[in-house]
Amino acid sequence: MKTIKLLPLALIVLLSFNSCSSDDNSSQPVNEEEVITTVTVTLTPEGGGTPVVLTSRDLDGDGPNAPVITSTGNILALTTYNGTVSLLNELTNPADNISLEVQEEGDDHQFFFSATGGLSGTFAYADQDENGDPIGLAFKFTASANTQSGNLTVILRHEPNKAGANVASGDITNAGGETDVQVTFPVTVL
Amino acid sequence: MRYFIALVFLIIGNQSLVYSQNKVSGKITGEKNEPLAGSHIHAGQNFTVSNPIGDFSIDLPSGRNRIVVSYVGYKTVDTLLNVDNDVVLNIRLKEDISALSEIVVKDKNVKTNATSDRKELKIAQLEKYSSGSLGDALKEISGVSSLKTGNTIVKPVINGLHSSRVLIINNNVRLEDQQWGLEHAPNLDINTAGKVSVIKGASGLQYGGDAIGGVVIIEPLPIPVKDTLYGKTILNGASNGRGGSISSSLFKGYQSGWNWNLQGTFKYLGDVEAPDYVLSNTGNREKNFSAGLGYKGETSGYSAFFSYYNATIGILRASHTGNIADLVNAINSGTPAVINDFTYAINAPKQEVQHYLGKLNYYHTFSDFGKLTLQYAFQLNNRLEYDIRRGDAKNKPSLDLSLSTHSMLVDLETSSSESSKYKFGISGVYQNNIADIDTGVRPLIPDYDKYEAGIYGIGTFALGENLELETGFRYDFSRIDATKFYLKSRWNERDYDADFSDIIIGDFGTQWKTNPVFTYHNLSGSIGTRYQINTNLKWFSNLSLASRSPNPSELFSDGLHHSTGQIELGDLRLEKEKAVKISTALAYSSGKFAFEVNPYLNLINDFTLLKPTGLEQSIRGAFPVWQYRQVNARVMGIDVNADYDFTRNLNYHSTFAYVYGEDRDSKQALIDMPPINWNNTIQFKKQNWNNLVLGLKSELVFTQKRYPDNDFMADVPVDGTFVPALVEISRPPKGYHQLHFSSEMSFATFEKSRITIGFNIQNIFNTNYRDYLNRTRYYVDDMGRNFTVQLKFNY
Repeated sequence: MKTIKLLPLALIVLLSFNSCSSDDNSSQPVNEEEVITTVTVTLTPEGGGTPVVLTSRDLDGDGPNAPVITSTGNILALTTYNGTVSLLNELTNPADNISLEVQEEGDDHQFFFSATGGLSGTFAYADQDENGDPIGLAFKFTASANTQSGNLTVILRHEPNKAGANVASGDITNAGGETDVQVTFPVTVL
Repeated sequence: MRYFIALVFLIIGNQSLVYSQNKVSGKITGEKNEPLAGSHIHAGQNFTVSNPIGDFSIDLPSGRNRIVVSYVGYKTVDTLLNVDNDVVLNIRLKEDISALSEIVVKDKNVKTNATSDRKELKIAQLEKYSSGSLGDALKEISGVSSLKTGNTIVKPVINGLHSSRVLIINNNVRLEDQQWGLEHAPNLDINTAGKVSVIKGASGLQYGGDAIGGVVIIEPLPIPVKDTLYGKTILNGASNGRGGSISSSLFKGYQSGWNWNLQGTFKYLGDVEAPDYVLSNTGNREKNFSAGLGYKGETSGYSAFFSYYNATIGILRASHTGNIADLVNAINSGTPAVINDFTYAINAPKQEVQHYLGKLNYYHTFSDFGKLTLQYAFQLNNRLEYDIRRGDAKNKPSLDLSLSTHSMLVDLETSSSESSKYKFGISGVYQNNIADIDTGVRPLIPDYDKYEAGIYGIGTFALGENLELETGFRYDFSRIDATKFYLKSRWNERDYDADFSDIIIGDFGTQWKTNPVFTYHNLSGSIGTRYQINTNLKWFSNLSLASRSPNPSELFSDGLHHSTGQIELGDLRLEKEKAVKISTALAYSSGKFAFEVNPYLNLINDFTLLKPTGLEQSIRGAFPVWQYRQVNARVMGIDVNADYDFTRNLNYHSTFAYVYGEDRDSKQALIDMPPINWNNTIQFKKQNWNNLVLGLKSELVFTQKRYPDNDFMADVPVDGTFVPALVEISRPPKGYHQLHFSSEMSFATFEKSRITIGFNIQNIFNTNYRDYLNRTRYYVDDMGRNFTVQLKFNY
């Protein structure tokens, strides 16, 4: 009996008390740390030449303004381009390079590329995470012979299932995960 | 009772007549010699009741007779009397302060709250949910359902309404714990409750005037004024979740009036499982503790209470979506995107919540005036929400809110005559919310200070033998003073410059710093009657008026909600919500059969709800935007209870609830209205067999056919191209039926101690189902079969 009655006391000892945070706020606004405001895709012709830079910039993050999409030039059919993707958070000063975080956590990230609406071509990954699976911060793109102007779409998935069927070859169907980036760039083909 | 010393004055008259039957007569009085009408005098097979001036007379055989005299609220006198003659026996009873909490049922006297039809859960029912939550237990009451996020975050829904529209009163303190959030459950341990009552609607005016849905009142067990020490320990084990809980409490009472109690709960559960897969990241932990110290004197008393609640709750991993395409995939695939092996680990997304409550209470009873109560309470709620993040931010919460609340109450209960009682009170509240900016995420709820003051009066009148009337009013003042940063783009999109340019107090590049201050005056009132038609039939009717100020979430939200993949926008222009509720209940009860039917109609003007208004583009793709809008709503329905004893051992119990919610302007159905549910229980009880209880419960939930169509089109990548797809977020899942089994036996172990063993199965047939009011319904099936074992030691 005695021991049973001591049980609640024992329980109390078991419980730990964490102090709660009550840090007073300064009168500063929060600068979103993880928001990706800017996605830049740079396509450099393999044999050299002027790169084509595609940019999508959304400086209000989840705010009402739509991203502003710009392009510096046109791409050529049957030309292989070395592509890179750069992700920035330009709300912080200096801008935060989120591509570095994606690189570091390569096994938790993968980009998927697609050419639609007249544009056609092939994509190939040109980088690997620590497990030998693609990330997509670097890739190659070759526009096909009969391609027309259309859309180039870049999707970044966080915590995808990299072992899913065809995911390593760039098929998003079985990738799962959460979408961190989904940008469509209109591309003009000469 | 045998410890009690009573003052007994025996004046034995000396009469010379000899009868085998002797007449014992006399007067029963209180300490001040006031006659106690209706005292119970009991001797062997004979008993009688004292008349209005306290006199009684009873015939007793010659010899030693045991006489017991009792009166509610007074210590019972139990004495032996040698009778060989007619005897005069005058007894003065002493007040029993421990009995003051007993409810005195006297036909001509008024009872507080008698006109609102309260529903109660007693300790035996609550203990069944020892390892669950308040929201689970409340579903036993017809008309109460639950809004869930997974299985661990359970919010009570009363007659279709929830969150800020349902007040939770814990230990006479209004719970302040960011209750507006749909995925925030009440932060309290059900094991501290001795009794839980529900008032449907706003007639519980002493608790607040904004209970458009209702009030849930959690009260601890009263500790008697006598030398006693008792306690209990409940151990629970569950197969689904592979864990359990232990809860222990200890109560100590002293004859001197002092008492104390201690209570603690520890809960540890891993991932729960649906019939076909593990619901990954749905474990939960709780560490709760409470302690009380009190003194109950003859005219006054005081108490101090402290409680600490600490919960870590995993949020279903598969319910975290990045954009609308992810949501479409989740809805269409029918299976969750993430299924991992069972684990006890809880990763992001998760919630960590701590709630502290400290309370001081003092009362004094003035013999010719009434009872005055003073109370001060402090609450601190710290809520951390962890999201799936990248890099260094991985272990940092995305939301860190500290809400502290100081509240003062002064209540006065008084009566002018036997047939009228009054209750008056004033209250004051100061509340402060701090949103930590180190999270690196713009906070959902901004920093604010809130000041509230309220005053109320309630009168209860006996208008006749069978009719009682209760009426009250309340006025509340509320002022909220916030510091909120708005994205300039959002400010412009909301067109706030036109009405609120004067609240801008700073320019921070892309953001405005603003200082919104809003003041609200709310009036509420209630009038109700209770009519005893005959001994078996009671009729309650109630008309109440409630008024609720917009909460911080409705005013200030602006951001993306990951669990629903939607942008939610508050509105500074919201008005207060006003409701008129008419409710009536007819209750029949005879020895074997009880039946109650309770229809109601709630007309709510400026009913605040989220409505979809379009899509917004971001780097992550398109998101649907939901805005807080106000509509004029009608919520009506009917709750039914029935109870029938087939035999002494076999009982049937049934509850049924139907709610109909409509936007009166557009004639559209209201979102998230509970579907029809009908529960039937058969219970077999046999006291001789170690208090064996066997129960079988059928839970039938119909398909909700009335819902607003909020589906929309979005472009979804399919095989490398974007295809427009319908995002089917509106259609409620199919209805379902489940069977649950429960059993219990109890054994006496030592002297004054018992052990009760319970074995239960929830969802016996491991049925696959999804519930309309579960926010994870888009992603996964609900929990599958669960075997639970409960051991309860009473000592």
